[in-house]
Amino acid sequence: MISSYLEHLGRFVLWQRNVYSKPENWRMYYKEFVRQLYDIGIGSLPIIALISVFLGAVTVIQFYYQMEGTLIPPYYIGYIVRDMTIIELAPTFTCLVLAGKVGSNIASEIGGMRQKEHIDAMEIMGVNTSAYLVMPKVLAALFIIPMLVCLSALISIMGGYLASVPTGLFTSAEYILGLRSFFIPYNVFMMFVKAVVFAFILTSVPAYQGYFVKGGSIELGAASTRAVVFSDILILLADYLIALVLTA
Amino acid sequence: MIRIKDIRKSFGDVEVLKGIDFEFEAGKNNLIIGKSGAGKTVLLKILIGLFQPTSGSVWYDQLQLGDLDKNQLKELRMQIGMLFQGNALFDSMNVEENIRFPMDMFTSMTAKEKKDRVNLCLERVGLEGSNLKYPSEISGGMQKRVGIARAIVLRPKYLFCDEPNSGLDPKTAITIDELISTITIDNHITTVINTHDMNSVMEIGDNICLLNQGKLAWKGGKEEVIDSENEILQDFIFASPFLKKLKARALGV
Repeated sequence: MISSYLEHLGRFVLWQRNVYSKPENWRMYYKEFVRQLYDIGIGSLPIIALISVFLGAVTVIQFYYQMEGTLIPPYYIGYIVRDMTIIELAPTFTCLVLAGKVGSNIASEIGGMRQKEHIDAMEIMGVNTSAYLVMPKVLAALFIIPMLVCLSALISIMGGYLASVPTGLFTSAEYILGLRSFFIPYNVFMMFVKAVVFAFILTSVPAYQGYFVKGGSIELGAASTRAVVFSDILILLADYLIALVLTA
Repeated sequence: MIRIKDIRKSFGDVEVLKGIDFEFEAGKNNLIIGKSGAGKTVLLKILIGLFQPTSGSVWYDQLQLGDLDKNQLKELRMQIGMLFQGNALFDSMNVEENIRFPMDMFTSMTAKEKKDRVNLCLERVGLEGSNLKYPSEISGGMQKRVGIARAIVLRPKYLFCDEPNSGLDPKTAITIDELISTITIDNHITTVINTHDMNSVMEIGDNICLLNQGKLAWKGGKEEVIDSENEILQDFIFASPFLKKLKARALGV
């Protein structure tokens, strides 16, 4: 089993050379890049917005419950929501959700092309299919996912506001005071580092699974599942490593 | 012209191709025929470079496929057109975009030049005016024609067709055969067709390579098929009792 994982890792690393090689035609790659920006970015916006609102709202309510009756001033909840969202919840949650939505989509799309001989057809034409089918997706994700994560953090903080101020848990002034207290810009940097690393994982791993799929529709389904599971595990592992390295 | 010399291919312990020599001639319809499992598809994939042979060599005129570097291989592939068994048309693109794809990727032609070329290719395959239809909106026969149009759009020197008649009714199959044949002769293309359709063999088989259990069992033209005494060929071509009877009647036996 370990040798199988190592074999996949080796093949994945060697494959990266093909993926990031010079495009045959910059315009075609750019067109594909823009299409992916739209699919990954705009296509994921509603689900990310919805999840983020509830993420912020639940965080506020849970912390209010924990801190109620203590001597900690209520405005601290705004501060906690902000930092939790920026450092952990927005990048990790968003990317775990995107691994399911975008990742499975990439694995099925590329795997379907493999099965329908589209990839063979392109190869015979002389197209570097590893580069044409994968590079624009990864680059688009590296560009758009940090923006989605940033937006998720913002919406999450607004979700916290909506769950607390109109319901009378505390005042608007207290929440905003919390948001503006003890701000460390380095945390935003950490959020972006996570977003970029996770974006790479959640596109490259599914692309690999789809590109090398063999067999029929059952194998394609299995590859799609593996794409999501491995992406999720690697995102959580990377999350831990980034936290270790950037907070050392 | 494409030549293969002593091509062998093994998958694990199983030797699928056992030393095949053959010459696919320019301006002719070169057919690879044989029973299922004879090694036709493997040979075709070796010819186009999707599989590496275990030993032996493939020559495209003066170029040996195995010796080409990445750029040379890319240049050669631009001279190759391929019609797939399942057509391999891109579902998300319409007919025009499918045919235009190789030009978009590899040429610096203007939009008008591309449009003209697409229309010419569509006219060539008898599908004028189908530019905006999607593959899912056209019949299997029409999809084959679009596949042929895409295969010839860059004016290839070599054309490969994998089971061009599979899934088509006999009449449409003959039309597709004739189309491939006309394009081959008019443009002096080296066409290699992988088929087990007997109509194709008798209609357009200029140069036939019969594979049996991974070996070359017979080679020749369609005119030589009926008179040949090769048992494997006769068993293959006249497989059904009906065809056997028909042959016997034709020969007056």
